[in-house]
Amino acid sequence: MSNNEDKKDSSRRDFIHISSGVTVAAGACFAGWPLIDQMNPSADVLALASIEVDLSSLEKGQSMSVLWRGKPLFIRCRTDEEITEAQNTKIEDLKDPETDEVRVKDPRYLVMVGVCTHLGCVPLGEQGEYDGWFCPCHGSHYDTSGRIRKGPAPSNLEIPPYEFIGDSKIKIG
Amino acid sequence: MSNKESNSGIIGWIDYRLPIFSTLRHTLVDYPTPKNLNYWWNFGSLAGFFLVLQIVTGIVLAMHYNPSVDGAFNSIEHIMRDVNYGWLIRYVHMNGASFFFIVVYIHIFRGLYYGSYKSPRELLWWLGIIILLLMMATAFMGYVLPWGQMSFWGATVITNLFSAIPLVGESIVSWLWGGFAVDNALLNRFFALHYLFPFLIVGVVILHIIALHTHGSNNPLGIDRSGPQDSISFHPYYTIKDLFGLSFVLTIFFLVVFYAPNFLGHPDNYIPADPLKTPAHIVPEWYFLPFYAILRAIPDKLGGVIAMISAIMILFFLPWLDTSKVRSATFRPIYKKIYWLLIVDLIILTWVGGNAPEGKFIIIGRIATIYYFVHILLLMPIVGLIEKPRKLPSSISENIFKKSNEKEA
Repeated sequence: MSNNEDKKDSSRRDFIHISSGVTVAAGACFAGWPLIDQMNPSADVLALASIEVDLSSLEKGQSMSVLWRGKPLFIRCRTDEEITEAQNTKIEDLKDPETDEVRVKDPRYLVMVGVCTHLGCVPLGEQGEYDGWFCPCHGSHYDTSGRIRKGPAPSNLEIPPYEFIGDSKIKIG
Repeated sequence: MSNKESNSGIIGWIDYRLPIFSTLRHTLVDYPTPKNLNYWWNFGSLAGFFLVLQIVTGIVLAMHYNPSVDGAFNSIEHIMRDVNYGWLIRYVHMNGASFFFIVVYIHIFRGLYYGSYKSPRELLWWLGIIILLLMMATAFMGYVLPWGQMSFWGATVITNLFSAIPLVGESIVSWLWGGFAVDNALLNRFFALHYLFPFLIVGVVILHIIALHTHGSNNPLGIDRSGPQDSISFHPYYTIKDLFGLSFVLTIFFLVVFYAPNFLGHPDNYIPADPLKTPAHIVPEWYFLPFYAILRAIPDKLGGVIAMISAIMILFFLPWLDTSKVRSATFRPIYKKIYWLLIVDLIILTWVGGNAPEGKFIIIGRIATIYYFVHILLLMPIVGLIEKPRKLPSSISENIFKKSNEKEA
């Protein structure tokens, strides 16, 4: 009848509209999440996450590639010159500053994920302007510690979690 | 809804209850079309033809294809060698994708020349860009399916573009992959989506045609029709013209399919995918090269990705960036010239995108990238404001009579 009653009515109706809208939206999110989450890595992919590698066959200056989680891992037994070069690099020259010490457990063996941090290509070994790795896709240069020195890649080659089990055997993952 | 001709018989009975026949007649037969359309207006229906061709050949290929990392490459060879006419169907599908892009790019540049994106056709233009984006996604996922070296590394590079997004990038990439690298999970979902997307394209194409028929086709003069004397019916005039154009394009198409079926592809894709070894030089399919050149022109990961995406996204703003009131470049003396600079610029970007980013290609790629954005963001608004367009004809008919009088005189 009065204006006041109309107002009261419409605000109660608004409340019902908004609260039912919010409920529907929340329900849609709960219903939608499984459909989105199914695309994330499945349990079997997550389970295949650790491998053991024997390094005893690697001589100085030799490298090997192994597949870990579908990605190549570079394991390089570095020469003495490469180790000195990596350790003597000035930290202020680096785009992603990291010392060589934090990137290796044993300075002889460099273990890293062989995937360019730019767009995921596999860099080529013993190439590039810093005697380390060179990515042919978009021209990123990495040094003998796998640190980015030149090119579009934003960060150093990733170091996977690993530990030595015995003198020349490592467990990755 | 129903008219005299179809009022009787089965067709009339159906049409009275479900007006499909009258709707088809309305859109494909009676549809009044400007009478001065030139051959550049053939490319819309050509694009429709190639969409249907891709869907038909694609469904057939899916009957023989095996979407798994162990089976994919072999099943493609099985299609090529063992399946009856498999080689033909696959080569038509492969080259059909390229020709689909050729006709769509020409269709877009026709719109760009004759100002077909201007009021009241802005949404028509937007729907077209959405179709282009869907086509790109579909073509990219399709190229991954044979699981050759280019498939694998193309998929790796393109999905890694998302890792440039700050904070959530890595999680998005792992979500796209369904793992820690490009692998079986990705191949499976790409196959599912590659099958789905063409039907999404069909849906947007229907909206594109509804928007087109709301205000009718633009025309080479870029002026609105002043009355029924400026139109002719779609059938038989443009059906026959479109078919004639189609026969010409199909001649070229089958010359490529039969005599140079791998000319537009990359030989590395006949090497099975190897996750340990990147090919020396990764190139996308030719229709992505200009965008790939823009991506590499910026010496920063996130910056490159943003530039590449912006290159397409700015096309959405074209109806407002082009400040000229005149649609057709025919009457725009300055725009008519700079239009060709953009074409040349895109050809240069295509050339740069196909070469390794070394030496002169870096600097040429950067200049061409800068020009692309300057052209659209600066030259188009400025030229529209300072240019003095030529006098427009008062109607389409008047222009045609004037021309024929000039010839007789």
